[in-house]
Amino acid sequence: MATALTLTHLGSLMGGVRSVDEVGAGERAAALAKRSIKKSSKLWALDLAIRCMDLTTLEGADTPGKVAAMCAKAVRPMAGDPTIPSVAAVCVYPLRIADCVEHLRGTTVRIASVATAFPSGQSFTSIKVAETEQAVRAGAHEIDMVIDRGAFLAGDYQRVYNEIVAVKEACGDAHLKVILETGELGTYDAIRRASILAMAAGADFIKTSTGKVQPAATLPVSLVMMEAIRDFVRETGRPVGFKAAGGIRTAKQAISYLVVTYETLGADWMAPERLRLGASTLLNDVLMQIDKERTGAYQSGDYFTID
Amino acid sequence: MDVRKTYKLFVNGEFVRSESGRAYRPDGKVNVPRGSRKDMRDAVRAARTAFPGWAARTAMNRGQILYRAAEMLDSRASQFVDLLGGGARARRELDQAVETLVWYAGWTDKLSQVTGTVNPVAGSYFNFTIPEPTGVVAIIAPEEAPLAGLVRRLAPALCGGNVVVALAAESHPLAALTLAEVMATSDVPAGVVNILSGQRKELLPWLASHMDINAIDAAGCTSDEIKAIEESAAGNVKRVIKITEEERSPYLIAAFMEMKTVWHPIGV
Repeated sequence: MATALTLTHLGSLMGGVRSVDEVGAGERAAALAKRSIKKSSKLWALDLAIRCMDLTTLEGADTPGKVAAMCAKAVRPMAGDPTIPSVAAVCVYPLRIADCVEHLRGTTVRIASVATAFPSGQSFTSIKVAETEQAVRAGAHEIDMVIDRGAFLAGDYQRVYNEIVAVKEACGDAHLKVILETGELGTYDAIRRASILAMAAGADFIKTSTGKVQPAATLPVSLVMMEAIRDFVRETGRPVGFKAAGGIRTAKQAISYLVVTYETLGADWMAPERLRLGASTLLNDVLMQIDKERTGAYQSGDYFTID
Repeated sequence: MDVRKTYKLFVNGEFVRSESGRAYRPDGKVNVPRGSRKDMRDAVRAARTAFPGWAARTAMNRGQILYRAAEMLDSRASQFVDLLGGGARARRELDQAVETLVWYAGWTDKLSQVTGTVNPVAGSYFNFTIPEPTGVVAIIAPEEAPLAGLVRRLAPALCGGNVVVALAAESHPLAALTLAEVMATSDVPAGVVNILSGQRKELLPWLASHMDINAIDAAGCTSDEIKAIEESAAGNVKRVIKITEEERSPYLIAAFMEMKTVWHPIGV
């Protein structure tokens, strides 16, 4: 059991994490991003991108009304076109879970909530655990937690590890996504270490960013995290999902992520149970690309809903 | 040393090669990028992004920038005269282009007074009409007068606050592509003017069917082309501008504008 890891074990686990070839990762991600996906394959990829999407709104100004509109769009992204699938989940702040529960009853769309003093994670463990418990009680199916980057960067891996274990326990049946906030970790080595740490502590998904820090998700960073997942799965046999979030705005970018995922983790990860794309503005661009493929004419944002 | 120039497309304030990597030789000597539909797509995206900013500039500021473009064009007169084939005719065309820019620069802050109206209506409303920019305008430059012909359509479109994706004359694109350098040094914000070169037959259908282009200036097109444009333009009810008038006119500015009418209740 993961909880049994003590300081010495954790030390050897972290010490065993090999370092990452930074230039190599960048080159490989850039090469994969060049791959051209056309016609029916493109339509399939766009469909998958929607099925794997976490439609997100994480603003201080979120209102029940705005969340209701987003839920409607999550269920039926294109009004009047049932061939466009629902997205995987909506992602909101804990106080908005109740609105989602109300509007998503009877649909396949799951409710994800950020928790644990999002986005900084700089709060007491007991508060993080309590927040998680309340979010699950309110109806969240998935919890997106942030790691305590302060502790991680200071080398206090045990604290980060224990916190993830405690939050995972508080989640119960809910899925736990662990946000590493790669933009604040500095090096690819640290990102790989954080990935292994989070997976060892019991994360169901590891996620790149909160979306509140630049740079957010980038392809090379995602590649590094996916390679960590691949190695972890090979070692333990427990599959862990991947979520890219922040800065994914165009269908083209989304397809690049799908290509990198396929090439790194394989066909099993081409499903919402293993792959998520967190985004607030991506959906409209994907819908526009689908319409472009169907009609043969370039599309305009004027003919799609705002947000 | 003689540095041979590589002509480029002008998209989003940057001089780029065609993403397709293709080129053609309109005069048999110089390579010119043969823009693809994807270059066009990028240009429209850049224009759409630039539109709110350009439309929100004050009329005075737009006039200053157009005047600056005239200055820049005039300061490179000899280069343009050479590109246009030299001689008195080329000189005349350049002078015309400069004058056109100056003329429309003066119109930016007079347009709404002249074309706007206060309308008498039989009700308790204050009713008025003002011109507003249409949005992204595609301009197909005429083959004759490759510089002045383009400027005659570009200047009125910019004057009213529109943003432009222009397709240079296929047989003589060099002056239009060099005009991009004038635009780039005239404080025209990135994306407000985009200039593509390439084959008209290849790009016209994509321009005409693009849902994010709000108006298309077909003055340089044949009647067959205009028919095809009008059929595709119906998809998003594009304005198709067919005025072939060569004179400068405030009505040509208005042709690129949308008239918005307001019924403002009074006495309530």
